[in-house]
Amino acid sequence: TKIETRTEPMVLNMGPHHPSMHGVLRLIVTLDGEDVVDCEPVIGYLHRGMEKIAESRTNIMYVPYVSRWDYAAGMFNEAITVNAPEKLADIEVPKRAQYIRVIMLELNRIANHLLWLGPFMADVGAQTPFFYIFREREMIYDLWEAASGMRLINNNYFRVGGVAVDLPYGWNDKCEDFCDYFLPKVDEYEKLITNNPIFRRRVEGVGTVTREEAINWGLSGPMLRGSGVKWDLRKVDHYECYDELDWEVQYETAGDCFARYLVRIREMRESVKIIRQALKAMPGGPYENLEAKRLQEGKKSEWNDFQYQYIAKKVAPTFKIPAGEHYVRLESGKGELGIFIQGNDDVFPWRWKIRSADFNNLQILPHILKGVKVADIMAILGSIDIIMGSVDR
Amino acid sequence: MTSGIDLQNSFLQSLQGFGLPPGLAKLFWIPLPSILMIIGATVGVLVVVWLERKISAAAQQRIGPEYAGPLGVLQPVADGIKLVFKEDVVPAKADPWLFTLGPVLVVLPVFLSYLIVPFGQNLVITDINVGIFLWIALSSIAPIGLLMSGYASNNKYSLLGGLRAAAQSISYEIPLSLAVLAIVMMSNSLSTIDIVDQQSGYGILGWNIWRQPVGFLIFWIAALAECERLPFDLPEAEEELVAGYQTEYAGMKFALFYLGSYVNLVLSALVFSVLYLGGWDFPIPLENVANWLGVAPTTSWLQVLMAALGITMTVLKSYFLIFIAILLRWTVPRVRIDQLLNLGWKFLLPVALANLLITAALKLTFPMAFGG
Repeated sequence: TKIETRTEPMVLNMGPHHPSMHGVLRLIVTLDGEDVVDCEPVIGYLHRGMEKIAESRTNIMYVPYVSRWDYAAGMFNEAITVNAPEKLADIEVPKRAQYIRVIMLELNRIANHLLWLGPFMADVGAQTPFFYIFREREMIYDLWEAASGMRLINNNYFRVGGVAVDLPYGWNDKCEDFCDYFLPKVDEYEKLITNNPIFRRRVEGVGTVTREEAINWGLSGPMLRGSGVKWDLRKVDHYECYDELDWEVQYETAGDCFARYLVRIREMRESVKIIRQALKAMPGGPYENLEAKRLQEGKKSEWNDFQYQYIAKKVAPTFKIPAGEHYVRLESGKGELGIFIQGNDDVFPWRWKIRSADFNNLQILPHILKGVKVADIMAILGSIDIIMGSVDR
Repeated sequence: MTSGIDLQNSFLQSLQGFGLPPGLAKLFWIPLPSILMIIGATVGVLVVVWLERKISAAAQQRIGPEYAGPLGVLQPVADGIKLVFKEDVVPAKADPWLFTLGPVLVVLPVFLSYLIVPFGQNLVITDINVGIFLWIALSSIAPIGLLMSGYASNNKYSLLGGLRAAAQSISYEIPLSLAVLAIVMMSNSLSTIDIVDQQSGYGILGWNIWRQPVGFLIFWIAALAECERLPFDLPEAEEELVAGYQTEYAGMKFALFYLGSYVNLVLSALVFSVLYLGGWDFPIPLENVANWLGVAPTTSWLQVLMAALGITMTVLKSYFLIFIAILLRWTVPRVRIDQLLNLGWKFLLPVALANLLITAALKLTFPMAFGG
């Protein structure tokens, strides 16, 4: 007769207190030795009722609040928060404001991907890149601080019809400096990480999502593009002024953690490309003597033109969201960030449904965790790029 | 080969000079080397901890410890003192006996292994015939302690960490022993003194690293795995198992694990320098130089100089290796458990076996160069 050892599966509770649970995600993992048999994510530890709060705030009251959804990407949250009533009320945004928005969003995309890269590398065991990404991210925060007065969150920069303030004097030069500084740093990351044999073995072929699966599970962002779908809302929806800039959608076909890594690294480079063009093409130029020019040349000044303003119209506290409903979305660093807004001809929205990218991307986790090793849980979870503030809202 | 300084004899003779009987003099001598070794090992650990923090800080563009003493050199001492005064927590439903015994079993063999580390011709606690074998034998006790503490903690992470530690130690002991065996075959001895003696005489060219280019790589990888250093720190992988078998430990028991792992690192570096880098041997054959200059090898100042140089060389070589280990730790990601075991069993083991066979063949073919 054959002798065999029978082992009972072990149920391991990972999180919400666990060094690599990216906040307060809880995974109930069933293990057979080192193999994952099943995994059940438990979410909601950071639920703060963001949607309900929106229903009792005017837009201008709500904007400072929204950077707590996805606290690694506050600008995206602010952008979608003002885009929703803008699209519903058909408010036109000046070109200059659009360019400023695009620059801010792309800076945020870089910051978002940087804050993905560090923890992801830590998840596979390399602690050092975490410190490098902070070095670069600080510079983006310096730029934000100069423009909006705040660094990580609470930028409170986006307004219905434009942005809160124009860029300060010399900001464009500093931003250009950052672009010059940043690209060699990306090369540095790639030198350290991309061809590291241990890293490659840890992420290649791990957590593979096929093209069909990615579409069927409603994935978006780098998760979707890593699986070979060339889908980027910046190209698809033509929002802001992305159409006027020359850039490519980065995608990979392998669908594993390494493909997602590659997509994000290339998107950082692509973002730098976008920022550089936007800085050059910004209507009204880089220097903020527009106000002086307007005063000097009087009312008929070409600088008084609509497109040269940073905001179409200061939003009144009594701005009423018109009756009607609309789904507005944009491409955040994590994927499709959308708002389903229902107006009731009131200063408050009647319904404010947030479709966050990482909440939808996280759904596939139990599915791709089956049969992997314990260590792969972290690599796969890290590659999804979740922020629990955005998952739980 | 000159015998150099013999501390034991000089000590005994000086005590007898005070009128003590030889037996009593011997009794005075006995605890001295052990105390010296424990102090030496502990100070070595403090230095390594400081180095680890400073080098990792440099790699990560931080400053590292800087307030405790000049350049923060006292930081490890401060950490140690803090750990001593911390509450000793034993988790509920843990097995208190095994829980306490685990760290002890991990630390003791590592300190014991210092018995066989030579710093000079006579600067070794015991020159036993089975020297290097004793180290290998002692190092396989540690996983029992790790498994014990992992099992006794009543924590699933600890259990997984303990099991990983056991699997890892067993898998990497074999290639490690085979690499050592190749050296032993060339030296015709298991004694660490003989192994160094056999390498000396030709300066840096005589060191085993040239004759064992594959062996030293195997040894280094296996030694890193035995020390549970990144990229092989799976038993305590923070991102996966929180802290592995150490999860439930606090205070002095945790400090024992910490101490044990660093003592083990220093020890592995010392053994590596003994096996492959000529131990206390200077890169230039100094004895020939002394002969050439016409200084007799028995001159006392020359002997003191050589002994001091020997200790410096051994320590320098080991700290160079420790530096590499630290830099590696802060550069590379961690391997996965199946990759770790595959590397051990499917790659290192056959390569180590082949290395042993080739060494044997070379020894038969070129007895001059390979210690026939």
